[in-house]
Amino acid sequence: MTAKQKGWKELPIAGLCWKPSTEYFTGDWRTFKPMLDEEKCTKCLICYIDCPDVAVKWKPEDEKIEFDYNFCKGCGICANVCPSEAIKMVLE
Amino acid sequence: MMSEWKFTIKDLAEKPELLMAGHRACAGCGPAVVYRQILKAARGPIIATNATGCMEVVSTIYPYTAWSIPWIHTAFENVAANAAGIEAALKVMKKKGKLKHDHVDVIAFAGDGGTYDIGLQALSGAAERGHDFLYVLYDNEAYMNTGIQRSGGTPHGAWTTTSPAGRVIPGKLRYKKPITEIMVAHDIPYVATASPSHWKDLIKKTRKGLEVEGTAFLHVLAPCPRGWRYDTSKTIELAHLAVQTCVFPLWEVVDGEYALSAPSKVIALRPERKKPIREYLKGQGRFRHLFKPEFESVIDDLQNIVDKRWRRLLKKCGMD
Amino acid sequence: MKMAIAKQEVRALSGDEAVAYAVKQSDVDVVAAYPITPQTIIVERFSEYVHNGEVDTEFICVESEHSALTACLAASATGVRTFTASGSAGLALMHEILYVTSGCRAPVVMAIVNRALSAPINIHCDHADSMVERDAGWIQIYVENSQETYDSVIQAFRIAEDPDILLPTMVMLDAFVISHTLESVKVLPDDIVRKFVGTRQIPLVKNHEGKLVPFKLDPENPVTMGPLDLYDYYFEHKRQQEDAMQRASQKIKQIHDEYGEITGRRYGNGLINPYRLEDAEIAAICLGSTAGTAKTVVDQLRAKGVKAGLLRLRAYRPFPAQDVTKVLENVKAIAVMDRSHSFGAYGGPVFHEVRHTLYDAATHPQIVNYVYGLGGRDMPQTLIHEIYKELQKILETKRVKKPVRFIGVRE
Repeated sequence: MTAKQKGWKELPIAGLCWKPSTEYFTGDWRTFKPMLDEEKCTKCLICYIDCPDVAVKWKPEDEKIEFDYNFCKGCGICANVCPSEAIKMVLE
Repeated sequence: MMSEWKFTIKDLAEKPELLMAGHRACAGCGPAVVYRQILKAARGPIIATNATGCMEVVSTIYPYTAWSIPWIHTAFENVAANAAGIEAALKVMKKKGKLKHDHVDVIAFAGDGGTYDIGLQALSGAAERGHDFLYVLYDNEAYMNTGIQRSGGTPHGAWTTTSPAGRVIPGKLRYKKPITEIMVAHDIPYVATASPSHWKDLIKKTRKGLEVEGTAFLHVLAPCPRGWRYDTSKTIELAHLAVQTCVFPLWEVVDGEYALSAPSKVIALRPERKKPIREYLKGQGRFRHLFKPEFESVIDDLQNIVDKRWRRLLKKCGMD
Repeated sequence: MKMAIAKQEVRALSGDEAVAYAVKQSDVDVVAAYPITPQTIIVERFSEYVHNGEVDTEFICVESEHSALTACLAASATGVRTFTASGSAGLALMHEILYVTSGCRAPVVMAIVNRALSAPINIHCDHADSMVERDAGWIQIYVENSQETYDSVIQAFRIAEDPDILLPTMVMLDAFVISHTLESVKVLPDDIVRKFVGTRQIPLVKNHEGKLVPFKLDPENPVTMGPLDLYDYYFEHKRQQEDAMQRASQKIKQIHDEYGEITGRRYGNGLINPYRLEDAEIAAICLGSTAGTAKTVVDQLRAKGVKAGLLRLRAYRPFPAQDVTKVLENVKAIAVMDRSHSFGAYGGPVFHEVRHTLYDAATHPQIVNYVYGLGGRDMPQTLIHEIYKELQKILETKRVKKPVRFIGVRE
């Protein structure tokens, strides 16, 4: 993850950020992993709107949701809010 | 007045993520949910500013940023003045024909510390001057970023590291400051409370706050698993309970007119649906000490203050 | 290309009014300010310009100096030209945001009417307020009179906003002695000032999308400003500020020269303003309005054949170390006058700076420090004569008996 760090002559001034957070994966924080039972999923997307980590992806072309394990921290909110109990948290 | 914005959750899912993945908020972070929901209400070009606090830190750990919109943080106590400066700059650019857009929304985020306490002066000043921006208070009820110290927004009885559950003093002595009422008293065009458990209500209110001309204030409850001491999966569940127990009723004030929002209106109409406060408290480690026999009276105190404030609110909403 | 000297109108202006007039002419987009004596005339006059429709400026009457500077900083970050004014307690309240402003590289321009700090409360001149901010990453320019106030505020916008510099800049004028004293001030026509200051040029920077974008808050080209910056990068950003500060010396001189071409007015080389120093053996060093009185004393001494001179520091940050060393190379005894004190330190801040600078001078002059004029205490010619008398004694004995002294204070 860490290449040679830039010196002051190369960096943008004023501490302007130059990398998107999407290059920083938080998935390795996870202990439990959400698993989706597609049979039960009604695609209500409550899990999407309540995810703190933008780790529930809605794929309109396939009409389904997917978890982004690069970013999912395993909090379990999605499983807790799912009205149809379609999400289970399992140990990694 | 305002045209009602109609949307489905799928519409929201197809909108861009203005707060991107890869931010470093704790697992189960309530404020991160709140930010995502708030930003789903964006209606066009927007500039955001943030007070110092959890969300400022976790979203911009240099050289990374989780913000896909222009964003600035300067200090803790001055986010409303940031918004004032940005708004003034946009206004003069427009006047001089230098603004590329017809309008740019300005949104200021601050936690309870940055709002109830250290940032109140700048907020009051900006509201009095009537700058056109939306101020979002994400209230996790303590200084979580510095390690869970009590703020003016911490509820009565709660444990924090500066209001510990001691043998003599069981948590915070004082009551939660009625910050929303303070902002209503500024006679600004829009004031509302919201909870991430009621995402549609929250997003609609955010949109209203952006639409009104002048200062709008949105007070959002944002449960914190670290500070409130609960399992990370229960963030939305607790926010929901806060509404159901009337600890955190949902309401809005448009041009001085109070109105209960649907989730709280239901309780006003069917009082038997109002849950006792114990149901909200029992899931949280910060209130655990109150369940010891010697401190149970604090729970009664808390119930009384919640009931008193709820009755007062009903009266203001013409529903008593 | 040489420019002809512009036709200038003489107006009776106090220092504060000169500030307001310069700001009015400089096409400033956002002014946010909070009143504090003796800066109030600046905001009052400017309010009149706003309320009479003479400027396009958005004027924010904020609820504190903290918010005044914050609003200017945020407006500046949005890409516009900004100005504020304060002094004393007001500047002290801004302290936190001074560092944030320079760290964000927001080229805010601020006039400081130098006033003593409480307690006990005092509304008169000394330099304690701006001296404590010398490390805040702002360019600091101290002026001698209302004319220089007017000229320096106009120059400050060019210096601060230069895309190679991007450092906030404060212009210091002494409370009452300058701020409230009516002088004949030559002012330029509006169009000449506007042309001189130009429109703010925004440099391009690389953002998190890897795009080169304007260095400002712009919805089409998002940037993130003011992040959490830890031990892995913070130091580099501070090093950049020092680099800009070092480059600012040349820029201050250059802009001062360019302005001099239009007005015919120059203050030394823009960084230092020497007076009769060419063959001087003894010299005093001071900032601000005291130089006016000191020049009279120098003239009187010169009439008697004493080889006396004076050095006024115009720029204090960046500190013109090379210029100071050069201009004092033949001076044998120097008195550094400090209109503020650093309690418990070995002398005042200007003394520290000058003595330290001259440590490497080949001639190794004798240096004495006089702390004077705190809380507006008058510094009459008689006391300045005392200083030069002591310098003559030092010149003779080649010894500084007591390096740090207080003058004008009752025992």
